[in-house]
Amino acid sequence: MSLMSEVGQKAFNLGVPLAVHMDVTYRCNERCVHCYLDHDDHGEMTTSEIKDVLDQLAEAGVFFLTFSGGEVFMRRDFFELVEHARRLMFNVKIKTNAVMIHEKEAQRIRKLGIDTIQISVYSHRAEVHDAITKLPHSFERTVKAIRFLHEQGLRVTIANVLMTANSADHAGVQQLAADLGVQYTLDPTITPMMDGNTSVLSLRIPGEELPEIFHNPALVANQEEYCAPPKPPSDEDLEGYSCSAGHSFCYISPYGDVFPCVQFPLPTGNIRQQKFLDIWNFSPQLKEVRSIKTKDLTVCSSCSHAGSCSRCPGLAYMEGSMRGPSTADCEKSFYRTGVPTANMLRQGLSKPRTTVPLVQIQPIAISV
Amino acid sequence: MPEDCIYIARNSAIAARALAGEMMVMNSADSTFFTLNEVATAIFQAADGQTPLHEIVRQRICEEFDVDPDEAWADAELFVAELSAHGILLVSKQPLVPETTR
Repeated sequence: MSLMSEVGQKAFNLGVPLAVHMDVTYRCNERCVHCYLDHDDHGEMTTSEIKDVLDQLAEAGVFFLTFSGGEVFMRRDFFELVEHARRLMFNVKIKTNAVMIHEKEAQRIRKLGIDTIQISVYSHRAEVHDAITKLPHSFERTVKAIRFLHEQGLRVTIANVLMTANSADHAGVQQLAADLGVQYTLDPTITPMMDGNTSVLSLRIPGEELPEIFHNPALVANQEEYCAPPKPPSDEDLEGYSCSAGHSFCYISPYGDVFPCVQFPLPTGNIRQQKFLDIWNFSPQLKEVRSIKTKDLTVCSSCSHAGSCSRCPGLAYMEGSMRGPSTADCEKSFYRTGVPTANMLRQGLSKPRTTVPLVQIQPIAISV
Repeated sequence: MPEDCIYIARNSAIAARALAGEMMVMNSADSTFFTLNEVATAIFQAADGQTPLHEIVRQRICEEFDVDPDEAWADAELFVAELSAHGILLVSKQPLVPETTR
């Protein structure tokens, strides 16, 4: 086990919020076709409110802090927030589309000691990228920004979200990342919109195309292990948990709502009404999330994939039960290994259903 | 104990946080990640750039951890040399600008 994994396990066991993902705005200068957010400002936290939250997070023991959005640079105070976070000695990662980053901003980011900048690139072809972002010349601007950041010696990762419109382009984006001297990561997950609209799910890559991705050694390391039939779950697997959401990780929205994860819209409290640690330590919803072991899952506890599935409790929650299966992950497990999941078998399916009704929960209504 | 004063300060470019009494330290420039034991954490937290290292060893290590002064000094020198090599601690014969941490 690596030192980082040991620390993660220690935080998990102690219930320390080691990592937090904070969206500082939902506003954005792009209008990506697959985006799950609305882009209006419904009352974002002010500069001083966010600084206070950062103080509280540092006191609570948070070490890894991801700033995301929306587009973070839509906030004029974004650098002020990052400076405050770095004074508090967080390890800071920024997720951005980078179109507002020029040489001056890149220099400033380097001086702030940012760990990683993750930048969305959808295609190596400008016309495909721009058609997804709906912002003309966004490809050109984003790639230019990556060059500025790389020249500063910063660690940059290109995040390539795959959907129907760009499913053939991952090799091209991977090559672009190599040419630019930056890292590459791929994600085939499309989530429903925050208002409950599931139309964006039609952009998901059809399940039948997933094996081509999962079995591609250029995209997935340790092919033999990753695609091997699942081993029967051990007692340790059944006593374990799905992921760190709510255990050592949480998500904070621009309005101060606290959730177990950015992909787990279970409201647990609002930081404008309670201290962060009061929510973290005493929220009944977080306590419930923490109480669920693999053996408690209604369908997945009897699944042969239980020890190796990437089951997302947030997606399961959106399907109706945080103890139930996440069909999107059933699909991945099946197409990764060729072995049907318990969820498929109980429905008599020879291949996973690609669409399921999802319940999307709105953030808590706050009167400010 | 040395006759010359050495001052140590935390590099503002690093990230650090205490977890159950032990300090996690990460240098984003080269991705080095350390966890410091209780003694090393005490030295790291006291690295304000203003207090001479021998004072830190005397006050924070010898007294709090009941350690022999020569042994404590030898360990502290090794610790400071290793962390300064990774750019985590700044070392000077003059006082340095203090950094904050929690």
